[in-house]
Amino acid sequence: MYQKSAVKWIAGAAVLLTAAVSLPANAGKTLDTMKQRGALVCGVNVGLAGFSAADSQGNWTGLDVDICKALAAAVLNDANKVKWVPLTAQARFTALQSGEVDILSRNTTWTLTRDASLGLDFVGVTYYDGQGFMVPSKIKVTSAKNLKGADVCVQSGTTTEKNLNDYNKSNNLNMKPVVFEGLEASVKAFFSGRCQAYTTDASGLASIRNKEASNPNDYVILPELISKEPLGPAVRRGDDEWFAIAKWVIFALIEAEESGITQANVDKMKASTDPAVQRILGTGEDMGKLLGLDKEWAYRAIKAVGNYGEIFERNVGPGSALKLPRGLNNLWNKGGILYAPPIR
Amino acid sequence: MADTLAPKPALQRRRWSWRSQAFRGVVYQVVAISVIALVAWFLTSNTLTNLRVRGIQSGFDFLIQPAGFGIGETVIEFDSSNPYWKAFLVGLTNTIRVAIIGILIATVMGTLIGIGRLSRNFLLRGVCTAYVELFRNIPVLLQLLMWYLLLNELLPPVIDALNPAPGIYLSKGGLAFPVPVWAPGFGLIVAGALAGAALAWLYRRWALSQFVLTGRARPVWWPALAIFVVGIVGGWVAAGTPTALDMPEKTQFNVAGGGAVTPEFLALTMGLAIYTAAFIAEIVRSGIQAVPWGQIEAASSLGLTRNRQLKLVLLPQALRVIIPPLTNQYLNLTKNSSLAVAIGYPDLVSISNTTLNQTGRAVECITIIMAVYLTMSLSTAALMNWYNARVAIKER
Repeated sequence: MYQKSAVKWIAGAAVLLTAAVSLPANAGKTLDTMKQRGALVCGVNVGLAGFSAADSQGNWTGLDVDICKALAAAVLNDANKVKWVPLTAQARFTALQSGEVDILSRNTTWTLTRDASLGLDFVGVTYYDGQGFMVPSKIKVTSAKNLKGADVCVQSGTTTEKNLNDYNKSNNLNMKPVVFEGLEASVKAFFSGRCQAYTTDASGLASIRNKEASNPNDYVILPELISKEPLGPAVRRGDDEWFAIAKWVIFALIEAEESGITQANVDKMKASTDPAVQRILGTGEDMGKLLGLDKEWAYRAIKAVGNYGEIFERNVGPGSALKLPRGLNNLWNKGGILYAPPIR
Repeated sequence: MADTLAPKPALQRRRWSWRSQAFRGVVYQVVAISVIALVAWFLTSNTLTNLRVRGIQSGFDFLIQPAGFGIGETVIEFDSSNPYWKAFLVGLTNTIRVAIIGILIATVMGTLIGIGRLSRNFLLRGVCTAYVELFRNIPVLLQLLMWYLLLNELLPPVIDALNPAPGIYLSKGGLAFPVPVWAPGFGLIVAGALAGAALAWLYRRWALSQFVLTGRARPVWWPALAIFVVGIVGGWVAAGTPTALDMPEKTQFNVAGGGAVTPEFLALTMGLAIYTAAFIAEIVRSGIQAVPWGQIEAASSLGLTRNRQLKLVLLPQALRVIIPPLTNQYLNLTKNSSLAVAIGYPDLVSISNTTLNQTGRAVECITIIMAVYLTMSLSTAALMNWYNARVAIKER
């Protein structure tokens, strides 16, 4: 009796384990899978106003969100065919690596370590940012260089800890990091007065001050930016077609602004005789075919979310709640550094 | 010897037969171990292949790279140019610090409350019962967050730090206190303490042997403690009575110098100790109640004093019941300390999260955490098992 049950048990365990470990292979092409599924799976921030945040009805808005909507419009003909997967800073890369999401559009800094060793490719930069400090205005600090010996609240799982340390070292400030796992906890600790300063990307600071502080005017963002933080979406390595599509949809949004194509005038612009505009909107040469898409891929993306300038303005720009200046994120011919390779 | 040699032929015959239970037992074990080894090999090679195919780098070589991030609170010296393995070590020492202090506080509190639950005083009994029911029924993560938020709300900001005694500051920045400045003579104090401990142990042995020989009981604990203290004081005097203290001082935003514990540490240790004490109280109560009342009555009729009844009759029997579940609680407290990430205390998990994000070596970092917690738990269990064997009934 005992032996019989032991044999059964071993056999059962073996079957179970085999079933548990037969991992799904990296299935075919991302694009085919998406078309079959009828949705783009987009990894976004759990909640960072202006970049990706869900409202009470579950509608997602933000700059990072609009990038995914543009992609869905270009690839699946419908900007709403997106499944949103909110990811913490720590879970994001694993989610992309394991195939849980098709694209990671989650204010992620492009660095060599991430690009070279995590099995992913950054498709471009959608927001040029830099790390800054926010302090309560009552401590009367006007420069980050005066924060000697201060406690600084940080969220873990980001590049900020390393930047903070570098700045600390080069300016001999001896600031002490207090590291929290969640955004919520770190922000709460800062606003309750545990730390004299909070540090993250400047855009994040603006978002947090605006959304979480009981009175935004009680806090100031210091002028120093202590790092370069080019934020952009990333895709899994090994699918060059999908990589190219994601890259060029973003370029198309920037190109559209440069050519004066907006969400409002995109239909009118179809009649344009400018060959550059014709190529973007698919009325002239068929550029989509080269990417494995149809002629109107960029037209649909622009129709859905507008050009890059409109996306910026709507979500984070001076007209929005965050009131971030366009700064570096302006077009190259308007004082910024946005420069998209030509669509031709 | 002859007995074991005699049935040798029978043993030989049994050895290779399927009918032999011993043989079948060996076969099953070999099969089971091979299956486990095969599964382990498959999982490892599958993971490695998948990582390689997806272009994700793996390996433990990152451990010798400089960490490049600072840690706010450390037991051992740490600088951001130190390698990752040292950062892990700092995290480990932070975890152990919380575990040891938490276990000490939880044991003392739990024992007192457990005894309190058996009190004849209605008020005391009620309070202890309420404590147990309240704290063991609320998830520990919520309790930690509550203590942390409470500390952060109640304490004044660093600028208006409470200064109850010179050199002691209490604020949202934590508790700062003076510590003795390390002087070369401190080695003598340590030597004095060691000598005192050795002498105290020798005295205890002598007192016990005298008790066995003559039947005359001598006090054991107070003289031993006195010898130990004399050892320390002697070492201190021999070192030239160093009295220099490192006093914390208020700077523009913070309190610098001296020793300090952060509110994160306070909240974590307090939260874990209070939570675990509720369980320990129940274990102590059940241990005491497991000793039949007749034992106490018998001890009374022998004329033992109340203290001796407790020490010689009640406790030795209660401990047998208490130790095994108590071990579980110690392990729980140690493992629960990983919830530190929620309130910003740089424990092993928190450091490893940061490392994981800097390097992207997820599998490696998780493996390290698992191995460390396993080692820690097994060591605690081994220690408690040893103690359990000491207090268990010795059958002679």
